[in-house]
Amino acid sequence: MSSTMTPYRSGATVTRDNFLQLVLAEFTKLRTVRGWVAGLVVGALLIVGIGYLSAAGSTGSCSPAGGASSGASTGPASGAASGGGGCGSGTPTLGPDGEPVSDSFSFVHEQLDGDGSITVRVTSLIERAPGGGGDASSSQPVVIPWAKAGLIVKANTTQGSPYAAVMATATHGVRMQYNFTKDIAGSATTVSKTSPQWLRLSRSGDTLTGYESADGQNWTKIGVAKLSGLPASVPVGLFVTSPDNDVTTEEIVGTSTQGGPALATATFDDVSLPGGQPPGSWQGAQVGDNGLGNVPPFTQSGGTFTVSGSGDIGPLASSGGDNNTVSGGLAGAFVGLMAMVVIGALFITSEYRRGLIRTTFTASPRRGRVLAAKAVVLACVVFVLGLAASAFSMWFVDRQRRNNGTYISPASALTEMRVLVGTAAVLAIAAVLAVAIGTIVRRSATAVAAVIALTVLPYILGVSSIGALQWMLRVTPAAGFAVQQTLHQYPQVNGVYIASAGYYPLSPWEGFGVLIAWTALALGVAFVLLRKRDA
Amino acid sequence: MILTLHAEWTKFRTAAGTFWLLLAAIGMTIGLGAVADAGAVCSSSACSQDPAKISLAGVYVGQVLVAVCAVTIMSAEYGTGMIRTTLTAMPNRVEVLTAKAVVAAGWALVAGVGGVVGSAVLGQLVLPGKGFTPANGFPSLALSNAGMLRAASGSVLYLVLIALLSLGISTAVRDSAAGIGLVLGLLFAFPIALVMVSNPHWHRHLEQVAPMNAGLGIQTTVGVHSLPLSPWAGLGVVGLWAAGALVLGTLVLQLRDA
Repeated sequence: MSSTMTPYRSGATVTRDNFLQLVLAEFTKLRTVRGWVAGLVVGALLIVGIGYLSAAGSTGSCSPAGGASSGASTGPASGAASGGGGCGSGTPTLGPDGEPVSDSFSFVHEQLDGDGSITVRVTSLIERAPGGGGDASSSQPVVIPWAKAGLIVKANTTQGSPYAAVMATATHGVRMQYNFTKDIAGSATTVSKTSPQWLRLSRSGDTLTGYESADGQNWTKIGVAKLSGLPASVPVGLFVTSPDNDVTTEEIVGTSTQGGPALATATFDDVSLPGGQPPGSWQGAQVGDNGLGNVPPFTQSGGTFTVSGSGDIGPLASSGGDNNTVSGGLAGAFVGLMAMVVIGALFITSEYRRGLIRTTFTASPRRGRVLAAKAVVLACVVFVLGLAASAFSMWFVDRQRRNNGTYISPASALTEMRVLVGTAAVLAIAAVLAVAIGTIVRRSATAVAAVIALTVLPYILGVSSIGALQWMLRVTPAAGFAVQQTLHQYPQVNGVYIASAGYYPLSPWEGFGVLIAWTALALGVAFVLLRKRDA
Repeated sequence: MILTLHAEWTKFRTAAGTFWLLLAAIGMTIGLGAVADAGAVCSSSACSQDPAKISLAGVYVGQVLVAVCAVTIMSAEYGTGMIRTTLTAMPNRVEVLTAKAVVAAGWALVAGVGGVVGSAVLGQLVLPGKGFTPANGFPSLALSNAGMLRAASGSVLYLVLIALLSLGISTAVRDSAAGIGLVLGLLFAFPIALVMVSNPHWHRHLEQVAPMNAGLGIQTTVGVHSLPLSPWAGLGVVGLWAAGALVLGTLVLQLRDA
């Protein structure tokens, strides 16, 4: 006697697999492996911990640092000369827009009432740097590319007040600059006895116009500056200044800057102040501290003025390696990223190691969707954790630094938001990159090493200002960390523009785009291989 | 011991990728060094860059591949369950670890000599054309020069020590991903923390204990006296880290069930 046994049939209706269910399945996998959860939490704690270290370890940031220190150089050695520096106690001079600026120069001025213009001929501009021991008498001739001499109109003689200036520079030609951050290039003339340069600055209400001329007859307009709220009567006259003679030592990891103030001396003649101002009423003034002690501001013989000055007029750039921006406490993200990457790689490679991948693909035969679900789950979890850790770290470090009296470069709330959300997004996308590379190579050690070498190593190498290694922060996924950038690089200021000081070679969104492109490419390759290869 | 060593060598030699990893380690070390050479500029006697550091910059990426190889030598056995066969056949666990250490160190030595000597020769050819000449105050970049010889031989030793450190850590954690993550974290977290710590006192101490910063001080040929540790003492710090990791690995291997 034989009876047919009816095989069991599930009562569930047959449907296509649902992406939401896949996401839920992958989330369950992630959530139930204790080691992975621990790894992700450790990553978040590392971000906070390194941030704490930076806040606690920066209390002594104002002790003068030896010039020859190796590693990331500490403390601006030339803080005094550049008008306050970014260090410790006190706020640097702030410009009209609230940004930190340098404003030190020699100023030979008269008062200009109402509209008018001033014209001058610059016949020479030379720079000297004091020899050993800062002895001004044993100075050596040097070339300071951004040494400046020319005409300036300034709201008053306090540091940081609005201004507009036309100038001859040592090697960057004729420029018009105003309100510290604005720079307009004129002709590329270099001033000498045989090729003097005429400059003219004219005021009409709030509008200042700069002109240049090679012969005093044919004038070319350089640019126009609007200085709103300029008083009716303003000091106007000749100025000379020279940035420090800095030699930045580039090392594979870190830089150090050595140098000292330099003195520029310019000769002017044919000064004309229309409006019948009596000649001989010129006053000399030193705006700011020039770091060289007392320099006779000017000598006058007949119609010829010789003016010497030191300092700079422009935005304050980093002179050391310190990152005093809102993102200064977030470099820990690089360390946290390493932990997140480990989990990202394991999220796929351990399926291969344990053979779970065969179960996964039996349950959901459309492999691309599995990869997508993994990427979505990991990206969301890492983003949330990264955002929480970064926000706490930023708030904590910021508070700690303010308590220490460290000046922090201002940033708008929108910028702070971009830094925070961007950092969390970079972490999330790097974790997805690890999933993609893990899918491609199927070996966790190789995947982890590849992603860390691509995202963290370039930053460590890019901390050096060696040009050839700087480009690594443009082309590798590490470029994504540019989202933490809140500072601008000003070509008209010689600074230490390196990643450790908060300067990245790409703009925030360009850098983020590079990371996205790498991840998209890796996901594409992973998708193709996942479908092509046997699991 | 010879038999154990032979067994470990056979396992290592026949694993897929050993040879390619060796080629990659040498190639990438020389490659990154070449990129650094190409970008280096020294226009006057005022430049104080270190030509040895520039030409040997590839060690920064070479160490990653050395770590991958050394971590995998141990953790792959745990991944596949091979460790149980290994320990059944060779019950003396310390001997097994010693044999693996010899194999890993030997591999790192070959990779290191290949990559470092290649980079040094390339630097010797390229850098004088970039201004690193005796006229600008740089001595010969040949390996016969004492400073350059120390930088090159020390870099090879550094890679060997990184291999031992990686082996020790992977024996302790038994997992490839966690092992490589820990090794690279140990190497790279310190320089990042250093960027953020501006207090000179802390900075100096961190530089002294950080394995990568202290160890690669051996590549310094310019301004050796301003290093926080003397070059060989710095390499000693890496040696201590490696010894500590191996002791930890041995303990875990002895005490825990495989």
